[in-house]
Amino acid sequence: MDETVGDKPLLSLRNINITFGGVRALRDVSFELRAGEVHCIAGENGSGKSTLIKIITGVYRPADGAEIEFAGKRYAHMSPVQANAGGIKVIWQDLALFPEMSVAENIAFSEVVGRGVRLVDYDRIRAIALAALARLGVSLDVDAPLKAFPIAQRQIVAIARALVGEARIVFMDEPTASLTQSETDNLLAIVRNLAASGVAVVFVSHRLAEVLDISSRITVLRDGRLVGVYPAEGMTQSRITELMTGRTFDAQVRAASRQDRPVVVAVDGLSRPSQFSDISFEVRQGETLGITGLLGSGRTELAMTLFGMLKPAAGSIRLDGQPVHFSSNRDAIDAGIAYLSEDRLSLGLIQAQSIADNLVIASLGRILSGGLIAPDKKAGLVARWIADLGVKIGKPEDAISTLSGGNQQRVAIAKWLATKPRLLILDAPTVGVDVGARAGIFDIVARLADSGLAIILISDEVPEVYFNADRVLHMAQGRVVGCYDPRAYTLHDIEAAVYG
Amino acid sequence: MSARLARLNTPFVRDMAGPGFAFLAVLIVFSLASPQFLSAATFGSVAFQLPELGLLTLAMLMPIITGGFNLAVTFTANMAGLTVAWILQANGGVEASPAVFLVAVIAAIAVGALAGFVMGVVIAFTRAHPILVSLSMMIFLRGLGEFLTRGGDVSGFPDFVHPIGHGSLLGIPVPMLVFLLGVVVWHVMLTRSRLGFNTYMIGSNIEATRYSGINTRRVVILVYTLSGLMCAIAGIIMMARFNSVRVGHGESYVLITVLACFLGGVHPDGGFGKALPVFVALVDLQMLSSGLNILGANQHLATAVWGLLLITVMICRWLVVRVRSNLAYGRK
Repeated sequence: MDETVGDKPLLSLRNINITFGGVRALRDVSFELRAGEVHCIAGENGSGKSTLIKIITGVYRPADGAEIEFAGKRYAHMSPVQANAGGIKVIWQDLALFPEMSVAENIAFSEVVGRGVRLVDYDRIRAIALAALARLGVSLDVDAPLKAFPIAQRQIVAIARALVGEARIVFMDEPTASLTQSETDNLLAIVRNLAASGVAVVFVSHRLAEVLDISSRITVLRDGRLVGVYPAEGMTQSRITELMTGRTFDAQVRAASRQDRPVVVAVDGLSRPSQFSDISFEVRQGETLGITGLLGSGRTELAMTLFGMLKPAAGSIRLDGQPVHFSSNRDAIDAGIAYLSEDRLSLGLIQAQSIADNLVIASLGRILSGGLIAPDKKAGLVARWIADLGVKIGKPEDAISTLSGGNQQRVAIAKWLATKPRLLILDAPTVGVDVGARAGIFDIVARLADSGLAIILISDEVPEVYFNADRVLHMAQGRVVGCYDPRAYTLHDIEAAVYG
Repeated sequence: MSARLARLNTPFVRDMAGPGFAFLAVLIVFSLASPQFLSAATFGSVAFQLPELGLLTLAMLMPIITGGFNLAVTFTANMAGLTVAWILQANGGVEASPAVFLVAVIAAIAVGALAGFVMGVVIAFTRAHPILVSLSMMIFLRGLGEFLTRGGDVSGFPDFVHPIGHGSLLGIPVPMLVFLLGVVVWHVMLTRSRLGFNTYMIGSNIEATRYSGINTRRVVILVYTLSGLMCAIAGIIMMARFNSVRVGHGESYVLITVLACFLGGVHPDGGFGKALPVFVALVDLQMLSSGLNILGANQHLATAVWGLLLITVMICRWLVVRVRSNLAYGRK
């Protein structure tokens, strides 16, 4: 440990209250950060995590009575300029970089532009960038445009930019959300280096496994209140979840044998060049088949082939024993296949449009009367599914974007159930859904399976398929490399195979 | 009071509020400024002048809702008008029979629909920007039309064509009847048909719409084909009104149709917009123009005032949104 880790905190906040339009977003929250530690702020969406970060970085001003102490000085509130000058840096989830500019320009941007220098000194820009990258132990071509790099490298550029000048506290908001496992490991190593050099890192992530892995302490928020501050040592994922949601979740394997049921879909030797090859499996009525594998394993392409949006190069798909050839996803929908996209924000739902329209879009044929959409049939269909899946909404005419992630996902599931499918493919159904709401989604999935629907559940989070599927297929590089019965294997066995 | 306000807060009222308010403002201001404004003559002139711009605006409306544009509306209309004129000329000119005219109208509608169809196919398959595609079509049609007419007028129609542009039925001008019918058909199609539903969805997010099992290419092609068809109807009305066809007639309408759509609350990025508020917006514009005319203002000045009106509306909308969100905060 570095000697800068002392008893005296680098930053401490007490009596933090803030109200937005009558809603108290934070209530008597306190927070403390020591130099050289990795500190995680955990909480569901709306728990006040980002509000707290915005108070520390000076974006929001807390109510009177707040006490902020940073590097030995007391403040009633901080201004963004004070925070930045004091070395408090934030890496937002969208990174806020300039794709057309070079890596060096991105890293040195604030140093060069922020100082009001009128002429650009490219040598100095390169020197600043190289120094910042060297501090992270990373080498990148600093002259290449940023857009030439994948998201993982851009993340590193964003961190390097935060280090330019005197960074003492770095906030990272969901830095691993779009990274693969090995990229995440790299990033976590960089974060450890950073902390070892005396910088305090505040880490916000939905992925509890890496939260436990990287952080030394965890501050848990719930509904704008502080639940507590806990050492990561001895903490478990389920304990954090309990603290975040205030409820207990007892994970139990749901798997059962459904061998006596009729086969709904049978896939044999299905292949698409450079995406997946020789995939064979069956899904029976009431059965949930889990498919797991890392990004790029071909799982989504496989799902889209079953859904008629991609054409197989070889192999067959049979539905109730009959071979099927889809020329579009409409054919697949009419045959009883539904596909919940992994990208709810841009492919699964039409964010600007209403809850009602999103719900009926795939089953317009069911609400027609005399060739025109019948408003009463539409309202009836919407009301039925909203009630059936327990979606919490204001009015059906409200834009779907006004709903929380969990409620949006319920509407997306309802949209597909309204097409009366026989096979429901759920691709990463809990992405962007809070821990508490995830359980609700899986309750729905279990209920649907019990009612006889065949389900394919795709997720890169092994525990999700382990606890909710009857069988788990492991895909890697376009092939099925393992098939597990959750009753015969431990979660750890499968995780070792997938992530190892 | 607030309960009554809440009951008024329906989607229909919200859509109509902007253009409806402008309607009242224009009505009141000009009635006070000129005693002649509130007269049958004013409404007669509005009713005769509105349909050309109105039909072209309907042609512009659906592409804009899909997030696109059809800049070729006026030249598509000209081409359709030319089609009628040539078929009449080749079959007796002023002596041509009603049957020939009927054939000519059908051919003209087919020409308009074809122009739209081609644009739709190109936009749907190449994903080229609709502004560029329709601009290319516009230049193509203009060049072709000017080449074929040598830049001149085509005229000399049978007498029975005249009432289509100048006649009245039950006191309502025939062009106005055609336009009203167009508004009703467009309104029903947008609010109640599958095509209309899909048009809105595509305007907000074409990929998500495709993932929902909708043949988005088919919808885009149909939208542009219907747009071309509506242009053709406008072209036939224009032909009857001017008693001649000339490539370039109504050219200045293109941008006015876009602005009329926005004045009627159509969302510039697509996904939202209704036929009835656009209709009211068109009436506003035409009343404004007629009112200025009565006051003796120059026609060019009238155009400038249209521009001012649109800017004012945009500022008002921004204010309304701000006030509403402040109220929403206050209520919490």
